[in-house]
Amino acid sequence: MSSPAPSLETPPNGDAPPAVRLRGIGKRFPGVIANDDINVDVRRGTIHAIVGENGAGKSTLMKILYGVQAPDSGTIEIGGEQVSLGSPADAIRHGVGMVFQHFMLADNLTVLENTVLGAERLHGIGAGARAEIRRISEQYGLDIDPDRLVEDLGVGARQRVEILKVLYRGAQIVILDEPTAVLVPHEVDELFGNLRELKAEGLCVIFISHKLDEVLSVADEITVIRRGTTVATVDPEGVTARELAELMVGSELPSPSTETSTVTDQVLLSVQHLGLPVPSGRALLDDITFDIHRGEVLGIAGVEGNGQAELVEAIMGMRPGATGTISLAGRDITHESTRERREGGVGYIPEDRHRHGLLLDSPLWENRVLGHQGRPPSSRRGLIDKRAARADTERIIAEYDVRTPGPDVLARALSGGNQQKLIVGREMSSEPVLLIAAHPTRGVDVGAQAAIWTHIKNARREGLAVLLISADLDELIGLSDRIEVILRGRMVGTFDPASVTPQQLGSAMTGAGPDA
Amino acid sequence: MTNARVIRFLLGLAAPVLALVAAFAITSLVLVVAGDPAGDVWSTILSWPEERNLANIIKNATVLYLSGLAVAFGFRMNLFNIGVDGQYRVAAFTAAVVAGEAWLPGYLNTAFAIVCAMAVGAMWAGIAGVLRATRGVSEVISTIMLNAIATGLVAYLLRKVAVREAGSNDIGTKQIPEGSRIPNISIGEGPTSEIYGFIVIAALAGLLFWFVLNKTRFGFDLRATGQSTTAAVASGISVKKMTIVAMLISGGVAGLVGLPILFGSAYAYGSTFQSGLGFAGIAIALLGRNNPIGIAIGALLFAFLDEQSNPLQILVGVSPDIVAITQGVIVLTVVVSYELVRRYGIRLEQREVARVLADQPATPQKEVSA
Repeated sequence: MSSPAPSLETPPNGDAPPAVRLRGIGKRFPGVIANDDINVDVRRGTIHAIVGENGAGKSTLMKILYGVQAPDSGTIEIGGEQVSLGSPADAIRHGVGMVFQHFMLADNLTVLENTVLGAERLHGIGAGARAEIRRISEQYGLDIDPDRLVEDLGVGARQRVEILKVLYRGAQIVILDEPTAVLVPHEVDELFGNLRELKAEGLCVIFISHKLDEVLSVADEITVIRRGTTVATVDPEGVTARELAELMVGSELPSPSTETSTVTDQVLLSVQHLGLPVPSGRALLDDITFDIHRGEVLGIAGVEGNGQAELVEAIMGMRPGATGTISLAGRDITHESTRERREGGVGYIPEDRHRHGLLLDSPLWENRVLGHQGRPPSSRRGLIDKRAARADTERIIAEYDVRTPGPDVLARALSGGNQQKLIVGREMSSEPVLLIAAHPTRGVDVGAQAAIWTHIKNARREGLAVLLISADLDELIGLSDRIEVILRGRMVGTFDPASVTPQQLGSAMTGAGPDA
Repeated sequence: MTNARVIRFLLGLAAPVLALVAAFAITSLVLVVAGDPAGDVWSTILSWPEERNLANIIKNATVLYLSGLAVAFGFRMNLFNIGVDGQYRVAAFTAAVVAGEAWLPGYLNTAFAIVCAMAVGAMWAGIAGVLRATRGVSEVISTIMLNAIATGLVAYLLRKVAVREAGSNDIGTKQIPEGSRIPNISIGEGPTSEIYGFIVIAALAGLLFWFVLNKTRFGFDLRATGQSTTAAVASGISVKKMTIVAMLISGGVAGLVGLPILFGSAYAYGSTFQSGLGFAGIAIALLGRNNPIGIAIGALLFAFLDEQSNPLQILVGVSPDIVAITQGVIVLTVVVSYELVRRYGIRLEQREVARVLADQPATPQKEVSA
């Protein structure tokens, strides 16, 4: 069990055994085949990307390689030797380390304290550990000061701390799960610089992503997973993003791009000087003013946590203490309750569908009623109209392609993409005039994503006004008629999606100022 | 989907059965360890009750049923109204005073007293509701406190209005005039085989409970809030308002709890008026899954255990308190078995969904959730 980690001196390529070889990996969950006959070879000194749509089985595969879950079938070889990984501790002993998408750092501790936590035996907790952290930071160009508090670090630096933690524990194989999901473009570039350093030092990096442009720019080899199995391993030199995407989906890929503008001059939502003061500290929202017209999609770009969630909740009337005025189709709704606003024609696709969008332990038809309690077909004269609600749920299931045996299934039993399609269908019913869509395609597969985009585009053509909040810059650029950038609760710039690049948006989002 | 409904129904039934079996097993273990004859105890308890006992069981169950309903109403919104005990005592005392004074004639007097009892129960619970909605005070803490205050308040006020019963140290309110009493219903021979006429009101309360929760928009809002406060807020439900209203209704139902006794057998509120009914209601609501039929079965079971344990001391020399252990254990096993069955049900349903979808024509974007 104590196989040595692959030696650093071995040059990339060559006839040496691969750093990691997975053969015939299979893993089943009740009712679901997560992995089936997965075969991957990862060579030393390379960055190996694993791509696939949401739910394709990437995360399960990585959990197997990191010892979190045991495979039902197949073998894992590390450095030419077959191993069985029963726990993350086993994986770490074999030189496998993992950086999760959600950081696992204690904010109120320093980098040093976070790093040694659980690995106190390696270099102690004092000067020895500090020297080792400095050495690693220097060797791989991570630029990390061991004595800074984690809460003072930005997202990019926190991610480097996570990588450092893994290296500190002696990892030769570093798994990164969707590392760029939380980063803005220039941080992504920095991360890729770090990864190339790791590669140059002879480590191997397994990089999970579904952002194909990034994968193409950084990976040496790409393995595509579709529906739980490996469909191809390709060389990034000889493949385009489009070809990769088609491998992932197995069919023609949709794009979010809008057609001709349908913007009219009729203002549907007017937000004037909206603020959300905090008694002591910086306001969560500060003097936000914008209009959305009939047939217009306004995109809000911003790094998460800069006031997007608060903006949505203030417009929905879920935030007491908001200042300024909001009017919907010429009617002042500033003092209306959330229910009055919804019944006035506001559809709402919430950011977190489990917390805000669904009753997970209720059947789908009751979820159809949720948020529409006071209107037909959900209710009539104060009574819930079960028959009409069920019939309308059937309609949504058919029109929005919700994969379910029927309207009596509990919402919890559906996959994320199907839950989201149900929510979109529900919020599009009762003829809304304004749709607030917060991350409408987050965590859904490419197929559902395309369907949701199509529905938003169609509704826009019919005159719907849309407020779109998204972390996916391609989605924002593709769907919006206009993009506003939000930073620390303020609107800091307006962009035309026809001409803006993700890089320009990225610098505006981080406060570097809009590039010319 | 009828198939899935049958499965859901059977699972719903499996949970309480599992809980009861486990509770009986644990009680038997206690009996065996203590060296008591477990077999004799169970054969005494589980024998078919005589008519007289049957009447007692139904009478007791009527009272427990109302208590269970009151607690369940709060539970459906995730509010733990521990204060049914205090609410029903304050309310029963009020009803006794109002009915005893007899400002109105005959059944008008009865109706007025019932309304007063519900209003007072609602107000007593409403204090906790308002504290929760405006100040975020846990209703568990505040209702427990209000129970203590209710005990003191009723004792104090009783002293003020009391008349001493002839030849007794007990004090009580004035007797309710005969014309305002609710007649008992006979189920057999003689006065020992009578059940409370109030059972009709209890049944109506159960029916109303089901209708309001399952058929009305208000009930939907209440259940939605109970399942997910965040989703409720996003859907436009005012959670603060719902909290207060739910506590008011729960307290209003709690106001009915003592009334079958008051109008059917005691006719006055005295220092010996039955206490502890509110706490039994918590266990019964849990056992009955907050469902009006389930609560009825739970109330009958608890009343059955209480009644059938009475002769234990005489017949087999075991203290009847053993059923208090059974009842207590039921509360624990019920919580555990519901959670087990719930998880099993979700897995079953997810598998079913996956199976049905796998049978559908293959589509490119079929997804799996790993």
